[in-house]
Amino acid sequence: MMTTALAALPLEAEGAVAAASASGAFSVAWLLIALPMLGAAVLLLAGRRSDAWGHWLGVLASGSAFVVGAVLWFAMMGLPADERVQDLHLFSWIPAGAFSLDAGLRVDPLSLAFVLLVTFVGTLIHVYSVAYMEHDTDRRRFFAYLNLFVAAMLLLVLADSYVLLFVGWEGVGLASYLLIGFWNHEMPNAVAAKKAFVANRVGDIGMIVAIGLMFATFGATDFSSVFGRAEGAGEGLLTATGLMLLLAATGKSAQFPLQSWLGDAMAGPTPVSALIHAATMVTAGVYLVVRSAPVYAGAPTALLVVAIVGAITLLFGAIVGCAKDDIKKTLAASTMSQIGYMMLAAGLGPIGYAFAIFHLLTHGFFKAGMFLGAGSVMHGMGDSVDMRRFGGLSRYMKVTWLTFAAGWLAIIGFPGLSGFWSKDKIIESAYAVADGEGWQPWVFGTVALVGAGITAFYMSRLFFMTFHGDKRWSDGHGEGPADGPVRHPHESPRLMTVPMAILAVGSVALGGILAFGDSFVTWLEPVTGHAEHHEPVLPIWLIMVLTFVLVIAGVFLAWRQYAAAPVAVVPPRGSVLTRAARKDLYQDDVNEALLMLPGQYLTRSLVYGDRQLVDGAATGLARVVAGSGEIVRRVQNGYVRSYASTMVAGIVALTAVVLAFQI
Amino acid sequence: MTTPLGLAAVATGLAETGRTSGGEATLFWFIAPVMVIAALGLLFARKTVHAAMSVVLVMISLAILYVAQEAPFLGVVQVIVYTGAVMMLFLFVLMLVGVDSSDSLVETIRGQRWIGALLGLGLGAVLVGVVLTAADLAPAGLVEANADSNPVGVARVIFSDYVFALEVVGTLLVVAALGALVLTHRQRLTRQVGQKERADARIAAGTVLTPLPAPGVYARSNAMDVPALGPDGRPLESSVPRVLRIRGQERSVAEVHAEIGAEGVGSTPPERSITGEEEVR
Amino acid sequence: MNLSNYLVLAAVLFTIGATTVLLRRNAIVVFMGIELMLNATNLAFVTFARIHGDLTGQVMAFFVMVVAAAEVVIGLAIIVAIFRTRRSASVDDVNLLKS
Repeated sequence: MMTTALAALPLEAEGAVAAASASGAFSVAWLLIALPMLGAAVLLLAGRRSDAWGHWLGVLASGSAFVVGAVLWFAMMGLPADERVQDLHLFSWIPAGAFSLDAGLRVDPLSLAFVLLVTFVGTLIHVYSVAYMEHDTDRRRFFAYLNLFVAAMLLLVLADSYVLLFVGWEGVGLASYLLIGFWNHEMPNAVAAKKAFVANRVGDIGMIVAIGLMFATFGATDFSSVFGRAEGAGEGLLTATGLMLLLAATGKSAQFPLQSWLGDAMAGPTPVSALIHAATMVTAGVYLVVRSAPVYAGAPTALLVVAIVGAITLLFGAIVGCAKDDIKKTLAASTMSQIGYMMLAAGLGPIGYAFAIFHLLTHGFFKAGMFLGAGSVMHGMGDSVDMRRFGGLSRYMKVTWLTFAAGWLAIIGFPGLSGFWSKDKIIESAYAVADGEGWQPWVFGTVALVGAGITAFYMSRLFFMTFHGDKRWSDGHGEGPADGPVRHPHESPRLMTVPMAILAVGSVALGGILAFGDSFVTWLEPVTGHAEHHEPVLPIWLIMVLTFVLVIAGVFLAWRQYAAAPVAVVPPRGSVLTRAARKDLYQDDVNEALLMLPGQYLTRSLVYGDRQLVDGAATGLARVVAGSGEIVRRVQNGYVRSYASTMVAGIVALTAVVLAFQI
Repeated sequence: MTTPLGLAAVATGLAETGRTSGGEATLFWFIAPVMVIAALGLLFARKTVHAAMSVVLVMISLAILYVAQEAPFLGVVQVIVYTGAVMMLFLFVLMLVGVDSSDSLVETIRGQRWIGALLGLGLGAVLVGVVLTAADLAPAGLVEANADSNPVGVARVIFSDYVFALEVVGTLLVVAALGALVLTHRQRLTRQVGQKERADARIAAGTVLTPLPAPGVYARSNAMDVPALGPDGRPLESSVPRVLRIRGQERSVAEVHAEIGAEGVGSTPPERSITGEEEVR
Repeated sequence: MNLSNYLVLAAVLFTIGATTVLLRRNAIVVFMGIELMLNATNLAFVTFARIHGDLTGQVMAFFVMVVAAAEVVIGLAIIVAIFRTRRSASVDDVNLLKS
């Protein structure tokens, strides 16, 4: 069945395989989406009645989706590499004359990697949230939104057409909006949610235009047809499509220039930040670029722009991360920067696709772990996020400290840990791009290298400011500075620490496991195609040594400044760059000046024109009519005999005319 | 107002054609002026009843003209329907509304009188003009069509070509009858007040339930203006009709009493109430 | 005798009826003016029937009579209803058409 149904389409890319109809275990892939969706529906519809058990239902829905994902993974491991792209037809969705679009799922190594990440990390965060949100009266609603998010995210990664992907794309946007504004009774949270929503809509325009372009050129929007016909399409068109897809990706993944919403998105509950704004949703842009690899294959310019955007965001996020004092905003800036790495890798073309996804997976683990750690710290410190009022917490929160340390070491690329395997591969590939010729390898490689150093600095800064150094808070019994806020730090409950511990293990080991024998790159080959090995412009050992030296330098700098020396509780004035970085490099002001104010003036002038010209014409006409009516009104005196007179006058006139012509 | 012009037009029309001979012409020239004058009576009569009677005259004259014009069936129908039914209905309604109701002489709409007169003159001129400019008006005659008598001929046309129209018109009549019922029906807004309700109201009001006492009857005076004497010998106010009392035309018992006293007959009314302890006289 | 005499008579009667409608204020008189106009047309119909030698004209007059009868019934009922509420039969009192 499966072998005979192999689609006779041209190969998507070199080494990539065509899709086969799904059968066997893969025919239940729809359960992945249906289970969390069902959970969300039950929780939202049952209302307060499900308050008592709703959170466990949410955990169950997410967990069962993970089980299904794991089963699919095992089933796929049992298939030969050229049969690993499975298309599951669900139903005929949009039958419109010559255009007909089916709703279907594509189960392949790429989407399965995402499925496992989303469901596994998602389930852990669900468990964590049970304890974290314990005292929130709306915990059930929170879990409903989380389940909704999981369902939408799985739909996003499993869709077999751009239109269905867009449905999931909007679904995660909706879930993100709902969760950022979860505590929307406070104004800043609601504003942050709206900001994220609007920024995402700007990106969505790109997505819609891209889909429209595909529909116009290829007459189809499903992956198989689009990728099959992309080879024959013109480069200009593919470049336009690629750039539009990139716009969509920048909106969703908080890349330059649409990155401004991510920092404010930290207004949501911390598990949300961990799941949506660190591990999964914000990486959807990377997924989109990698998934659209056949489109980018014919558009090197678009690919170059992807790499440039990634490089800019990488540095941008890193610089902002160095200046923030809010623990969650620092992590958000770090997320931005790390996704910049992924974008950069994706922009490198076939040699970087696999590493982009690789880094995405490892990042999903260690960043989620660190966010959960931050949540644990906030939990113990009375929901405070100001790192300048933390310090010396390692003695009070041993488990949090240990798990956070694992994430910290992973992200700075400490040899042997997850981040090392993924990030060094990206730096290496950046130095090898374009066959090692021209300016590209030098620029991209150096940016990635420097970024690693800055990452080491700001992550260490965060780590030391939080867990080491002096206490900058008071426990109320004479410990710590007298003017500090009174805190009673304590370790979080098991339900929170166990997920953190599991993520910490992943942060330590996952990279090594996946990198062993290039197993992950091989796993993704059916989708991304086999990439020829390119020699970097610098020797590999030199790159590794340089990276290591920079990382050590960054950590040392941070240690000297924030662990060995006392940290000021009031932020010092700092350099121009620091002040700019504290304000997100004035991104909000730029947006305001470039987009918001002209927009407001435009609407104001439009309103003025509408009032004066359009309304003026309308009311003027109405006045003329009313005025003439005022005059003619006198004839309408209500007397029947007057009206009869008019009739008779008409008859006389008509007959007179007839008579005049007859004579 | 329109008469001079209309008559003049008729006169000229006749002078031109010059065919005035025959019994029909005589009839016409006898009846037409009567009709026009009667119609003008409708226009100018002050009293509505006079106007209605003029119209009756016009309609009877019309019936005669119909018969003269080889339409005896219509002539009969004209008399029965219009003169007999419609105009009588008008008269009934006049009775209902009030025979006296006549127009006030003041014109309410400014200039309507002049406008109406002018338009009437214009209309008359135009219509007569149309008739006079009509080309050939030689009669084809109905001798052939009326071969089986006029009612039979009319019936043939009605029940063949116009049978559907006849049915519709019949329905219209039924609907009109119902419509008149609906329009003139008056909804009873309060409950009907009968004998029982009146008695209840009287008891509830707490006034005298029995008939009032009759006026006094005396040897020399049994008129209604003298009150009767009660059991206690005092005059009863209510025995004199209310109207007399209000007009102040009642006489007091004393006046009658004086006469009685002068005769020396009768008794003096006691000056205090009867207690039952007095000796019986 | 020329048949246009009848038509002229019909026209004169019609004109007098129309003038009555325009000039008189009593609703019943106005109504009688309308009836006069109808009768004038009937006279014209009958004359036309004679001119053309076709009974259709008489049939038309007959239908006019029937419809006029129905119209009188309704019209008078309306006049009675109005008179009951307004204690007046003047058409000028019924000027609700003027808002």
